[in-house]
Amino acid sequence: MTQSTDRPWPVWEVFTQGKDGEPHQHTGSVHATDAEHALQNARDAYARRNEGVSLWVVPSAAITASTPEDMGPFFDPANDKVYRHPLFYKVPKGVKVF
Amino acid sequence: MTPPPVVAEDSMRLAEFEARIARDESIEPKDWMPERYRKQLVRMMSQHAHSEVVGMLPEGNWITRAPSLRRKMILIAKVQDEGGHGLYIYCGTETLGVDRHDLVQDLLDGKAKYSSIFNYPTLSWADIGTIGWLVDGAAIVNQTMLAKASYGPYARAMVRICKEENFHKRQGYEIMATLSGGTGAQRAMAQDALNRWWWPSLMMFGPHDADSPNSDELMRWGIKRKSNDELRQRYVNLTIAQAKAIDLTVPDPDLRYDEASGDWITGPIDWDEFWRVVKGNGPCNKERLAARQKAHADGAWVREAAMAYADKKASRTTEAA
Amino acid sequence: MADLALFGALARIGDDRLVLGHRTSEWCGHGPILEEDIALSNIALDLIGQANHVLTYAGATEGAGRDQDALAYFRDAADYRNALLCELPNGDFGVTIVRHFLYGVFSVLQWDALSKSTDETLAGIAAKSVKEARYHVRHAGEWVIRLGDGTAESHRRAQDAVDALWAYTGELFVQPADESALVAAGITADVSLLHATWQSQVASVLHRATLTVPASGWMQGGGRTGLHTEHLGHLLAEMQIVARSHPGAKW
Repeated sequence: MTQSTDRPWPVWEVFTQGKDGEPHQHTGSVHATDAEHALQNARDAYARRNEGVSLWVVPSAAITASTPEDMGPFFDPANDKVYRHPLFYKVPKGVKVF
Repeated sequence: MTPPPVVAEDSMRLAEFEARIARDESIEPKDWMPERYRKQLVRMMSQHAHSEVVGMLPEGNWITRAPSLRRKMILIAKVQDEGGHGLYIYCGTETLGVDRHDLVQDLLDGKAKYSSIFNYPTLSWADIGTIGWLVDGAAIVNQTMLAKASYGPYARAMVRICKEENFHKRQGYEIMATLSGGTGAQRAMAQDALNRWWWPSLMMFGPHDADSPNSDELMRWGIKRKSNDELRQRYVNLTIAQAKAIDLTVPDPDLRYDEASGDWITGPIDWDEFWRVVKGNGPCNKERLAARQKAHADGAWVREAAMAYADKKASRTTEAA
Repeated sequence: MADLALFGALARIGDDRLVLGHRTSEWCGHGPILEEDIALSNIALDLIGQANHVLTYAGATEGAGRDQDALAYFRDAADYRNALLCELPNGDFGVTIVRHFLYGVFSVLQWDALSKSTDETLAGIAAKSVKEARYHVRHAGEWVIRLGDGTAESHRRAQDAVDALWAYTGELFVQPADESALVAAGITADVSLLHATWQSQVASVLHRATLTVPASGWMQGGGRTGLHTEHLGHLLAEMQIVARSHPGAKW
């Protein structure tokens, strides 16, 4: 009787910011029925040990991810663009802070 | 959903997959994986998650009777952690395309297994110490290995869990050390609990390697990295020294130290008891399942209400727009 | 130096949180969904943690050598000073949540007032506790709205809970006569002054939840002077059994 209306709650992805100034990182997921609910569930499940100063929750369904098949075309071209990385450039000896 | 990518032949993909496992690469949710690998993972991860959730019950049994406020808070935090760990692992399992709701239903219908250790009763406060020390101790040995499992989401959940479970074992051992050094009645309570939990804790690692049907496949695919017997031996070696340090005796007249290997060798494990409990005739199988079924049934109207309210709120927003 | 008036006031503050925290901990492992099990455990931990601080301080002010565990485990029901609302059985999830909401709104107001106490220890405990209580209200308040405005069944259960618990809310705002010197010295807060704010905050959430505020009627009381319901004796019998079976033991 209750079976038919007892639908699974949607999944939300949880991102935690460990310290002020750090980026938010994916920590896990929770089930919740709306955004405030997801925020509270994320707080209770993933910030029990003072793990963060800020939380994001995003409906899992809203995330589009690249596929393993994309790996070649997406990421290989960056392999030979060494000029994008700061260590490509020579800095005169003695310059410590750049 | 993205349309299915053009697939190469499966045998090629299998070879590629096994080469990745051999290179210790992490397998991620969207990666190609053999159907058998996926099935084994769902089975193993959901059993693990169910164990965490059912595992809340025997310890939860003593929350209301914990003998000091400090112990009460520690125990609530620990039982809560088990719930959290269940949640992390269910989430990991859901990345394999299954729904937690269905996994839970399998548990409630008696179709899914969970660790048999939780089918034993907690009869005194010392059982809470013993569970932390032995059961969490055994779980840590197992989970430290699983933190290197080939499936990324499982391994990552394990890393987090291992970090959090460190305190579980310590608080249990601290209870046992306190009881062992306490009054005569407390000491007797501690020894009695160790007597009852020792053999079931050895059974937590599962049957001997020769009798473990899933082990080969799980090890070939890097889901498990060590065999049941290897893990059990590691646990025994760690635990015997800890028992001695707090002056408690492991209930095994055949226990001996093997100089050559440096291992503690236990007497024979009663596998009849193990299979009896697995098959549903442990002291508390029925109570544990009944408690989960009741919580789920009593909570149905709550879960429905939250969905109904979210639906209403969403439709109001649409109307207003 | 012994300060029995302050001891009595602290017992009222601490016992509320201890008894309600104990009740909340009964949910651990039995919640309607895993996420909520974890949330309720957090609330239980906050409440027992608050009680632990307050009773530790109460023991010190009494000066009779009783610590927080002596107070929690070796006092009989008649020596407990919690409000009756806190000791009632959990009932269903609706009763549990509505009680957390009704008590939580009071608790925020009380901690907030106590955070300005001239007693530095009490002010310190209150400043930490008020943050926890604010989250409890946010959590319980959202649930009251979800249940009240959810399904027909959840609406009925939530309204039943409000109606059943309402008669136990008045006691929270009866200022005990033996605390007047403490209030005058700015040490404790006059709870009767918090009632109007409580009523408007509670009414606003119940209204959003499509629930009806009960008509004012007879209010139960007695907890603040040790006259309890039948439920507290059972709660304490369970809570104290191990500690009392081994007097003098360390745990």
